[in-house]
Amino acid sequence: MIAFANRAAEVAAVAAQHADALDREARFPHETLRALKDARLLSILIPEEFGGESASLADVAEICSLIGQNCASSAMMYAMHNIKVSSLVSHGRDSNWHCDFMQRICEEQLLLASATTEGGIGGDLRNSICAVEIDGDNFKLGKDATVISYGAHADAILVTARRAPDAPSSDQVMAVVLKDQCKLNRTTGWDTLGMRGTCSEGFRLDAEAPAAQILPKPFAEIAAQSMLATSHLLWSAVWFGVANNALARAQNFVRAQAKGRPNVTPPGALRVAEAASMLQLMRANTLDGLRRFARAQADSDELTSVGFAVAMNNIKVGASRLAGEIINHAMLVCGILGYKNDTPFSIGRHMRDVLSAPIMISNDRIFGNMSNLLLIHRLDPHLAS
Amino acid sequence: MIEAIRKLVDEHGRMPVPAASLKPDQDLYAAGLTSFATVQLMLAIEEHFDIEFPERMLNRRSFASLSAIAACFNEIEPARLAS
Repeated sequence: MIAFANRAAEVAAVAAQHADALDREARFPHETLRALKDARLLSILIPEEFGGESASLADVAEICSLIGQNCASSAMMYAMHNIKVSSLVSHGRDSNWHCDFMQRICEEQLLLASATTEGGIGGDLRNSICAVEIDGDNFKLGKDATVISYGAHADAILVTARRAPDAPSSDQVMAVVLKDQCKLNRTTGWDTLGMRGTCSEGFRLDAEAPAAQILPKPFAEIAAQSMLATSHLLWSAVWFGVANNALARAQNFVRAQAKGRPNVTPPGALRVAEAASMLQLMRANTLDGLRRFARAQADSDELTSVGFAVAMNNIKVGASRLAGEIINHAMLVCGILGYKNDTPFSIGRHMRDVLSAPIMISNDRIFGNMSNLLLIHRLDPHLAS
Repeated sequence: MIEAIRKLVDEHGRMPVPAASLKPDQDLYAAGLTSFATVQLMLAIEEHFDIEFPERMLNRRSFASLSAIAACFNEIEPARLAS
């Protein structure tokens, strides 16, 4: 089997070809998805026993970063798909239906989407208004899903809802709903500043499916043990890729100036140096998180600890802030050629894409949660963890 | 002990159900305990019993049920008295 990085490089090359077009037209990255399927990269996280490749989250993060260098929307689609796959891998192994479904993902290279946000609860994915209604062997579910990224293009959607019509709003489950088991009626469009290719439209989702498709673990556990960490880590990997490419463009710009006027350091060189230091912080932050996540896989107390939650949240807020700063620097370096959309030094798409980073799960919401956790969590006095 | 914790759960746990209805081994998270309320409950227990939860107890298991909280207390308390 060819190494993940080589297979991902081909996908990244395809994503690069179409990045400007899908940004301009706010359309789904069909070409990237085709390339991901051809490279069989949609199932690498799934254990070998089900037909996957037992890849680590770090392997997936590297691919997210590689694709993110060329097309943030494509990379975010790949990240979001893998966040859903990780929930199946971590929480679906006790259920025959979900084991079979993992096999199907491998065989058919299915794309998974997520319906966690809902009208009336803001962005708080740990509360639902809609509820699963069990009727015999089946369940019914209707959700006002204000955002389902690439929902119209996914083969299956993982939907959160209250466990039963009389359950409290935080007692949630997550169910897999296949494309032919649900009706999607588009309620809102996706004409946005950036991340235009994710097509994160709103839908009224009405589904009916066998109750066996409901994941056996409470969503509270799924959120805490796989979704929160994998989201923050893979998003950070995408943003690292975007920031890296913006800074590489700025570096090329400065290098061209330096060649044009030998012995004179270009004015932008200082900003490139400063941004390179921030990029290193971003890399260290994300890699440390990936290592900590890998360690916690074998230690459920660590995985559910306050310290782990604080660390994963910090990765997200840190990476999203740094990515924005790095890209601002790149824009200052490239000046008018960065501001224009049609030069080798264009930074506009990077900037617009990365402006989504502090608001996809608002950093202020995360700081709010963390300010609560930090009332009890003690800072680790050790440099080495 | 369980009764004292039950009272604190009522006051600080922000549960959708009264703590009197909770069995000692019942899953508090499934019954509606949120992570925000867990922190508030933990602070209230620390204040009420004059103890401090060590970092290693700050995980989901420690607050999974009334008896799990009592078990934490029983582990912390002798160490505190001995010190």
